[in-house]
Amino acid sequence: MSALPLVALVGNPNAGKSALFNALTGARQKLGNYPGVTVERKAGRLALTDGRPVELVDLPGTYSLDPTSPDEQVTRDVILGKQDGEKRPDALVIVVDASNLDNHLRFALELIALGLPTVVALNMVDLATRDGLELDANILSRELGVPVISTVAVRKRGLDHLRQELDGLMNGAPRPYAGHGARDFDTVRAEARRIARAAIVRETPSRRLTAAVDRVLLHPVAGFVLLLALLFVMFQAVFSWASAPADMLEGWVTALGEAVTNTLPPGIVHDFLLQGVVGGVGAVIVFLPQILILFFFILILEATGYMARAAFIMDALMARVGLSGRAFIPLLSSFACAVPGIMATRTISDPKDRLTTILIAPLMTCSARLPVYGLIISAFIPARTVGWGIGLQGLVMFLLYVFGIVGALVAAWALRLTVTKGQSSGFLMEMPKYQWPRLQDLLIGLWQRAVIFLKRAGTIILFTNIVLWVLMSFPKAPDGVRQSEYSIAGRIAGGIHLLVEPIGFNRDISLALLPSMAAREVAVSAIATVYAIDAEDDVEALDKGLGERLQGRWSLATALAFLAWFVFAPQCISTIAVTRRETAGWKWTGFMVGYLFVLAYVAAGITYWTAIALGLG
Amino acid sequence: MRLTELPLRQPAYVDLIDWSALTPSEGQRLREYGLCEGASVEALHHGGFLGKGPIACKVGRMTIAMRRTHAAAVTVRTGPDGVGSQDAPA
Repeated sequence: MSALPLVALVGNPNAGKSALFNALTGARQKLGNYPGVTVERKAGRLALTDGRPVELVDLPGTYSLDPTSPDEQVTRDVILGKQDGEKRPDALVIVVDASNLDNHLRFALELIALGLPTVVALNMVDLATRDGLELDANILSRELGVPVISTVAVRKRGLDHLRQELDGLMNGAPRPYAGHGARDFDTVRAEARRIARAAIVRETPSRRLTAAVDRVLLHPVAGFVLLLALLFVMFQAVFSWASAPADMLEGWVTALGEAVTNTLPPGIVHDFLLQGVVGGVGAVIVFLPQILILFFFILILEATGYMARAAFIMDALMARVGLSGRAFIPLLSSFACAVPGIMATRTISDPKDRLTTILIAPLMTCSARLPVYGLIISAFIPARTVGWGIGLQGLVMFLLYVFGIVGALVAAWALRLTVTKGQSSGFLMEMPKYQWPRLQDLLIGLWQRAVIFLKRAGTIILFTNIVLWVLMSFPKAPDGVRQSEYSIAGRIAGGIHLLVEPIGFNRDISLALLPSMAAREVAVSAIATVYAIDAEDDVEALDKGLGERLQGRWSLATALAFLAWFVFAPQCISTIAVTRRETAGWKWTGFMVGYLFVLAYVAAGITYWTAIALGLG
Repeated sequence: MRLTELPLRQPAYVDLIDWSALTPSEGQRLREYGLCEGASVEALHHGGFLGKGPIACKVGRMTIAMRRTHAAAVTVRTGPDGVGSQDAPA
């Protein structure tokens, strides 16, 4: 990869950079990380008009080369050739929003002054027209001294032209611009404004769609109610839309298990494949539809520009616990997974604000907990409605999310008063224009999430299950003793059980707790493996679903305590690793793990004993 | 008047910004958003369901959100002499 010429896509946030990146590279993208920082590196291949490939890298959006947050730092370092693991780009594509020229040209001038071969993509010209702006790309090109191409990334307009210009740059066309050296901010701004004025052919006042929509969506009361309603619909959808595809996947897993039984003779290989691999990993894979539905909503909220509105609405509330509305975005992403959520905190410039957000991010119910919630809820909560078409199961799910959120807010408040004490930071944010999300961008996003999830299922979850299966299968129990208790894992679980018995956890749960540290979903596959091994000779038991088997072995109080435990703990190894990287050490990571375990233990205990007192034991 | 007191959807322009009331990085960010003396500004929405929320305002062609504490550092002027004064010297 590194042998290819490198072209960097750079520009202000909300310039339509990612859409342009997707349009240029299609699905041929590679997600990675820059070494030492958790800023995501998005790269893809682009063929020039003569067929030569170049590597295109999508840099985090920033307003200037004067960074105020870790992701902006990466953009600056890459462009200046100072970023580890990345060579200095051979050319730049500067993306500017056609309807926000004054602002975006200032950064463009700063970039052009660096003297790298450069082409400017005058993006979203269609939205500028909608706003009553008519621009002349030729005037702009003459003033800036670099080629300027009008593009509409979402409709692939201007892409061939852009490729041709890149072709010229990569073929050693003479550098069109010598650069100015350092100039002060105000001088560059005045210059940007002059050029923008020159390039605007016509400017008519026009309807302001975004402002009209915002009157409703940013209304102090209506906006808040709508946000809550949106979140509620999102969580209901996760349950109801997913059931058909999940059943289909479950059918495939069952068929695969039967195929194993039919083709292999009984014995250790058969048991290993059926119980350790198909049973364990299959139990997790069926949750792929739910995870994708959740990401579907989050991607739409981001692509339409609503996410910034959600931050605006939540700022007043977040300010009360010492955070800013900006923290709401990483926290909402954490509903999908805490790892990208914690990575997204890099847009928060205040260090204490950022640390607090990282520490509470694992309290947002991530999608890996869905399998656990899904299993327990479908086993113990009846599938009936509570009126108005609201399902009880979906409602319980929603409440679990609410507990996580309330827990996070209380934790943030407590942290801000104690360990992350300091002046509350401000809230400054750009509100992008509303846009229709584009299907291709959505599909690419969903595809990437599906690949990440399936990779997890195929690596860490599979590996953990194999280790667990071995620990649970040996030594072989004598007749009359349950295998899951006699095995090595069973004996370890016996030790854990002493600790968690007071909060109502049985031996099955004790056994699942440790491997669920690797990945939360493993709690489900671990329990599935326990029952598969114990039921080895019991054909009837094997035919029962996992949920049905749980009903026979767990009390409702235990099930509720288990749910409460998972609202607060245990964070998976990936979360712990990303926290260590982001907080640059074990101190805060250890603190996070510790306080969450205490919370989980207390919450599960309270739930269990309350349920017992209410006669649900 | 201060930006916090500016009625919604009334075009105005920035008269003065008390940079000392902002941290250096907040000041830098606001400048990058195009907020400077002479810029056109219009308050669009006041947020806040529980307590006083931030203010969304249009600066040039961009909509930005800021807390009231920041907005209080910005003095604005309305009236006919504000119209088209974007290009007036700061």
